[in-house]
Amino acid sequence: MVKFLPLSEAVAGNLNDGDTVAFEGFTHLIPTAAAHEAIRQGFGELTLIRMTPDLVYDQMIGMGMARKIVFSYLGNPGVGLLRRARDAIENGFPRPIEVEEHSHAGMANAYEAGAAGLPCAMFRGYRGAGLAAVNPNIKTVSCPFTGEVLAAVPAIRPDVTFIHAQKADRKGNVLVEGIIGIQKEAVLAAKRAVVTVEEVVDSFDELHPNLTVLPSWTISAISVVPGGSHPSYTHGYYIRDNAAYLEWDEISADREKFQAWMQANVIEKTAADFAARVEHLRTAA
Amino acid sequence: MSEREPGFTPNEMMTIAASRALKNEDVCFVGIGAPSAACNVARLTHAPDITLIYESGTIGTAPQVLPLSIGDGELCDTAVTTVSVPEMFRYWLQGGRISIGFLGAAQLDKFGNINTTVIGDYLHPKTRLPGGGGAPEIATSSKEIYITMAQSKRGMVETIDFYTSFGHGEGGDHRKRLGIETSGPTLLITDLAIWKPDLDTKEFTVVSLHPGVSRAEVQATCGWTVKFTDALEETPAPTALELKTLRDLQARTKAAHAGTGKEKAA
Repeated sequence: MVKFLPLSEAVAGNLNDGDTVAFEGFTHLIPTAAAHEAIRQGFGELTLIRMTPDLVYDQMIGMGMARKIVFSYLGNPGVGLLRRARDAIENGFPRPIEVEEHSHAGMANAYEAGAAGLPCAMFRGYRGAGLAAVNPNIKTVSCPFTGEVLAAVPAIRPDVTFIHAQKADRKGNVLVEGIIGIQKEAVLAAKRAVVTVEEVVDSFDELHPNLTVLPSWTISAISVVPGGSHPSYTHGYYIRDNAAYLEWDEISADREKFQAWMQANVIEKTAADFAARVEHLRTAA
Repeated sequence: MSEREPGFTPNEMMTIAASRALKNEDVCFVGIGAPSAACNVARLTHAPDITLIYESGTIGTAPQVLPLSIGDGELCDTAVTTVSVPEMFRYWLQGGRISIGFLGAAQLDKFGNINTTVIGDYLHPKTRLPGGGGAPEIATSSKEIYITMAQSKRGMVETIDFYTSFGHGEGGDHRKRLGIETSGPTLLITDLAIWKPDLDTKEFTVVSLHPGVSRAEVQATCGWTVKFTDALEETPAPTALELKTLRDLQARTKAAHAGTGKEKAA
């Protein structure tokens, strides 16, 4: 059954060195606070999975926590490149990392296959694309009915998935709304799932019946962390801190500046510091 | 500003020329950056009912400011509906619902193949770029592909370093030979010209020069030997309405993105 836990306990109890882990969020609802807690606890040898690794994976790679990264878009969206990830791939700093690269369609299908309990996903993809030649996990299958050749990729099955969401009810059911991205599939594909939420409400009885609700029994632990996705955003609570994404380009460009920023803003901080970071970004109720 | 045509910049001409190519009935899968600006100028001028789709799952979106990312909340707030990412790629893109996929490019060749993955060798890259995101399947599942980018010798090259998304491959019927049934790149809009693929070879050929642009300028900023159509036209200059729409949109966008930082400093 789901447990309501302080974030430090939820991370310590569900993440291990060497795990395959997804901190998911498709621009929206990125679990930054959970990632920062994992950085503070100093996990290593992780295989990091995410469709759109942005600042939090740049930070984890820059701190030397990742052995491998699985992704489909390795950028700071709308800003440019991820400079710590680049340093690792181009220069092996602070350590070399293994790269497994897909397209968005490939990752989305692979997560869905993981949630569906299938060994692999098949879809019409990668035709003429160079990735099929450099990623041995991209193969083809023929449709047994039409003969059409389709792309196949193995299902994604993380040891643990972390997501951020709007709210939980007292029973531990979780509401995700707005750009729902891959949150549901990433939770259902994983062995364990940890969700950070903005708040806990008494019940979801008044919700529209088709809203995306993850039942409590699909989740291992919930931590209440207001502002926990900053500088990403939580629809209905606070907007995306686009200025912070622009600033990251400069911070991450320099190894020493990056370390100093991580020390001041992650290592010496706690999950409780996130609430103040979104005060000026809160949307009018 | 262009020296000979005061009143608008080459980039403004590019965005506006690209916006004109979109029709009111199009269902357009929008890439971030230059495509996003062009698609929204179209929506705010001659194509008010165009359906704009961003890969984050927002369908029929009508943002007041240009999003910095493909998943800004503005896109969801103004959308007809927002679906999950697997649904977006499976039902809407793979399902054949997209008429135009609109892409930008870091590196482009004359057959409309695009590289946004690496400069140099894949395993030991000189520069690791963000990668394809949705582009590999946008390029093959959309009915047609429009591409927009500013010209440069680094960007428009004889041979790209990596096939992030497939255009016309080596030209001719290469798409058909790979079992790809969609049309692929049918239009390239740069800051200097409008290009269309030759019917047989599929090589991008200049069909229209923007006002004041010479053939020599197009060639000087392109890494392959440029072909020009016999009936070369001149792109009509931006109208006052088009320019005002684009500039207002960009001003609103700049204010909105800077706003988050300003308030923080206050």
